[in-house]
Amino acid sequence: MIYSELKIFEEILKITKEENLLLLACNGCAEVCKVSDDKSISEIEEKLKTNGKKIKRIIKIDFMCNKNLIVRKLSRFINDFSDNFGILVFSCGIGVQCVSNVIEKPIYPATNTIYLGGFQGLWPGEERCAECGMCYLGITGGICPITFCTKQLINGPCGGTNNGKCEIDSEKDCGWALIYEKLKRIEKLEILKEYQEPRNYKLCEPTGKIRKKIFYDVDKNEEL
Amino acid sequence: MEISKLQKKLNEGKFVITSEIGPGKGTNLEFLKEADELKDKVDAINVTDLQSSVMRLGSLATCHLLIERGFEPIFQITCRDRNRLALQSDLLSAYVLGIRNVLCLTGDHPILGDHPESKPVFDLDSVSLLKVASMLMEGKDMKGNQLDGSPHFFLGAVVSPGYEPLELQIIKMEKKIEAGAKFFQTQAVYDLKKFEEFMKKVEKYKVPILGGIVLLKSAGMAKYMNENVAGVSVPDRYIEMMAKAKKEDRVKVSLQIGAELIKGMKGMCQGVHIMPLGWDKYVPELLSLSNLI
Ligand code: SF4
Ligand code: SF4
Repeated sequence: MIYSELKIFEEILKITKEENLLLLACNGCAEVCKVSDDKSISEIEEKLKTNGKKIKRIIKIDFMCNKNLIVRKLSRFINDFSDNFGILVFSCGIGVQCVSNVIEKPIYPATNTIYLGGFQGLWPGEERCAECGMCYLGITGGICPITFCTKQLINGPCGGTNNGKCEIDSEKDCGWALIYEKLKRIEKLEILKEYQEPRNYKLCEPTGKIRKKIFYDVDKNEEL
Repeated sequence: MEISKLQKKLNEGKFVITSEIGPGKGTNLEFLKEADELKDKVDAINVTDLQSSVMRLGSLATCHLLIERGFEPIFQITCRDRNRLALQSDLLSAYVLGIRNVLCLTGDHPILGDHPESKPVFDLDSVSLLKVASMLMEGKDMKGNQLDGSPHFFLGAVVSPGYEPLELQIIKMEKKIEAGAKFFQTQAVYDLKKFEEFMKKVEKYKVPILGGIVLLKSAGMAKYMNENVAGVSVPDRYIEMMAKAKKEDRVKVSLQIGAELIKGMKGMCQGVHIMPLGWDKYVPELLSLSNLI
């Protein structure tokens, strides 16, 4: 299980640049954390509408970390949408990356994936989420700058990128080269020009409340 | 308040020359003699900050020693091994020690140096560091807390004209300018045509750019850089010139190439930044071959 929380609405509004949105909700862990249950989704839907957004569809996917499920659900109509169109994803950071991996459209996380002290879920694919607590996938074309850039940079690449590879390992893709390519393909390069404030490392310590709320309690409740 | 002479000269539209020294590993100050070769010939001297992530004597102390010896230093500061508390504090320290020019860099990863096991910091990056330095200049720390006395710096940054894709490099350059960079030094330039194209693209920012010069020591070094140094491509013509030169002529040929590049750059940018990598003693000759002294 990966734990996520909804971003504050102002941030969701700021990162979703397009007028027409598809809301994509995960029925897995994210639903358990109440970020993608019907109530949360319809609240956000209403607020988006009041702010001039058009909600084209709301789709639920059993597990957003299953790329096949995403493709199966979306392939039929995704190409009907092109102009001024983006996807707002209600899932953990892995789910958002999976959507971005299979759909070449602007993709935005509606959530932040919260640090649980090293507990990572059971994801076998190449996407990684370090639970940074302030998900950046909306400004990077859905490629995680925290886990794909060796220096965890958020304002663009360092000077070390060489032929698309990272300065520390000529076989490791430079995360920022990938981000650049992706943003270029989806015609969103201008996002890179926005200044990103330094990260908030306070979020890298799970609060007592979260420690209790997530799995510590589950442990205790299961009696032999 | 003393202001940066480098800034003053650039403001006057004069072509500037900067060079660079790297502190040694230990307390031996012999390396400062390298700087003596440059006395009165260059406008300012960069002091590298644990170059290549190798632990050495610090840039801050070395800059201070240079000031005592009558030089104007450019304090290189990286985000590799200091968090935001230490970076801000070191910037304040730099100012009270008389340092006026600061070059803000992200820094190499520690894995590339002699302590590869160390914890990489990168709490800030080159852009946010510039922004934070600009805030200090306005009398506030990065949290907005009031400072009792604020520094004044001439802030610089680096840009790599040979970087692929260039568009991405220019986006980052733009961010650095918005964050407060007032001058740029470039990665080593060997291809004047490419450099000219780059200059045309960035002219609109009206920020002084100092073209980077690294003297080739051998054909092997050129080939190594082509393969391993991001954004550097030495044309075959120069590699051949170096390969053909007899051992005793190598310095001469290398200086010829350097002078050709500097002369070419003169009409294109606002200054040169010479990184001698130990060949400091040849810098005066290079400058005279380039008709700069
Ligand atoms: S930016 Fe990366 S590490 Fe942070 S929450 Fe998003 S996916 Fe996870
Ligand atoms: S080379 Fe790329 S991935 Fe590696 S640290 Fe620099 S920006 Fe990050």
